[in-house]
Amino acid sequence: MMLIRYLSQIGKYFLMLKEVFNKPTKWSVMRGLIFKEIDDLIIDSLGIVAFISFFVGGVVAIQTALNLTNPLIPKYLIGFATRQSVILEFAPTFISIIMAGKMGSFITSSIGTMRVTEQIDALEVMGVNSLNYLVFPKIIALLLYPFLIGISMFLGILGGWMAGVYGGFTSSTDFTQGLQTEFIPFHIAYAFIKTLLFALILATIPSFHGYYMKGGALEVGKASTVSFVWTSVVIILTNYILTQLLLT
Amino acid sequence: MIEVKNIEKSFGDTKVLKGITTTFETGKTNLIIGQSGSGKTVLLKSLLGIHTPEVGTISFDGRIYSELTDDEKRDLRTEIGMVFQGSALFDSMTVEENVGFPLKMFSKKTPTEIKERVNLVIARVNLIDSNHKKPSELSGGMQKRVAIARAIVNNPKYLFCDEPNSGLDPNTAIVIDNLIKEITEEYNITTVINTHDMNSVMEIGEKIIFLKNGLLAWEGSKKNIFKTDNEAVTSFVYSSNLFKKIRKAQNKEV
Repeated sequence: MMLIRYLSQIGKYFLMLKEVFNKPTKWSVMRGLIFKEIDDLIIDSLGIVAFISFFVGGVVAIQTALNLTNPLIPKYLIGFATRQSVILEFAPTFISIIMAGKMGSFITSSIGTMRVTEQIDALEVMGVNSLNYLVFPKIIALLLYPFLIGISMFLGILGGWMAGVYGGFTSSTDFTQGLQTEFIPFHIAYAFIKTLLFALILATIPSFHGYYMKGGALEVGKASTVSFVWTSVVIILTNYILTQLLLT
Repeated sequence: MIEVKNIEKSFGDTKVLKGITTTFETGKTNLIIGQSGSGKTVLLKSLLGIHTPEVGTISFDGRIYSELTDDEKRDLRTEIGMVFQGSALFDSMTVEENVGFPLKMFSKKTPTEIKERVNLVIARVNLIDSNHKKPSELSGGMQKRVAIARAIVNNPKYLFCDEPNSGLDPNTAIVIDNLIKEITEEYNITTVINTHDMNSVMEIGEKIIFLKNGLLAWEGSKKNIFKTDNEAVTSFVYSSNLFKKIRKAQNKEV
């Protein structure tokens, strides 16, 4: 029974995606909506992403340094480990999980509140394709999500360098050497491919939970929580599948 | 004119509308009344196309809704204005933006023309100095005025109001009722109001239909609603203490 319910929800999600691209909203209106979503979703997330990335990058460098107790292991490994951790997993995947909480709950609660207060019904009655009006600008705005992840990668590595060098765990030369050691450019491509898919997940799953929610204010809160859980689960599963497909 | 022919609507095993046939006339305020759970909202939402009846037809000046293509339905919806029970104003927009929204979405007017029309309609509903306020900064009555302004800005042929004066004080409720009636006559539109407020019935009801358990139990005008011997209608009308007292007074006079 539960399986049927999940399958029905998955089907409903894909039907929603189809409807998002139907009957487009007038471009002059859509343009404004896209800029507003870029501001709400991308620009407003810059601060928290920068803060978390910088300090987690620093912690990764310190933890690596503290675990390199064997004198035969070169110090440049601190830079190497920081780069690999930040670029391959921390920036694309874990920042996306954090964003599932920040952006996702914002998206679910704002669309859910519109549902509860009949604003979505008002759009439909006027003849507006409410899914296109509400969800499409979020998808387009999140095409800039890799930009946010790029900043996270840079600040994570910078945080690692500062913690390593100014904490006395390594020298700047060693750290930089580590950053350049066995650098595989495809890892950057892999990280950004993941990021783009996560962006689509971040825009659509919270929208789905907000759009189809039923009930009142309490249910908006519940929908936000459910949306966070499912967005995180789908991101983690997608991450596993993509890693298996692209890196092995 | 909106013609409803034998519509039926069920949710699961529960039949909410049981073969309703009626007409809503142009230039008149048509009221749907009845107790909670009688099917008023479902009927209104069926007229709006939010619910699809399993049986029967709804036609708007001869256009049968279920036979229209998606594009024709979309065009028809641009001829509809709706005032929701909770106003349903867009929180992120100012009063001016809320009222101008249908024009911005569907008309080919320039921004200056839109602004002119918006100002005209805002003045028509007597909203002063509120253009740049957000809905959260307005009182319930003012929000209703904005909702009415948004509903009529695109010169609709049909105006639907779901409990337009719920949550308002009696004075504001009368003002909103009268505003709707004036607009209906002025723009010669077909107005359908869903209400359980007998004061509204007395104030603006021109054609009244009474629903009970999904059936059309009675229809007529406000003049003969007090003369009917239909038990369901009389028990609804005289459920209010005010109307009970009026009836007692009338009986004494007789």
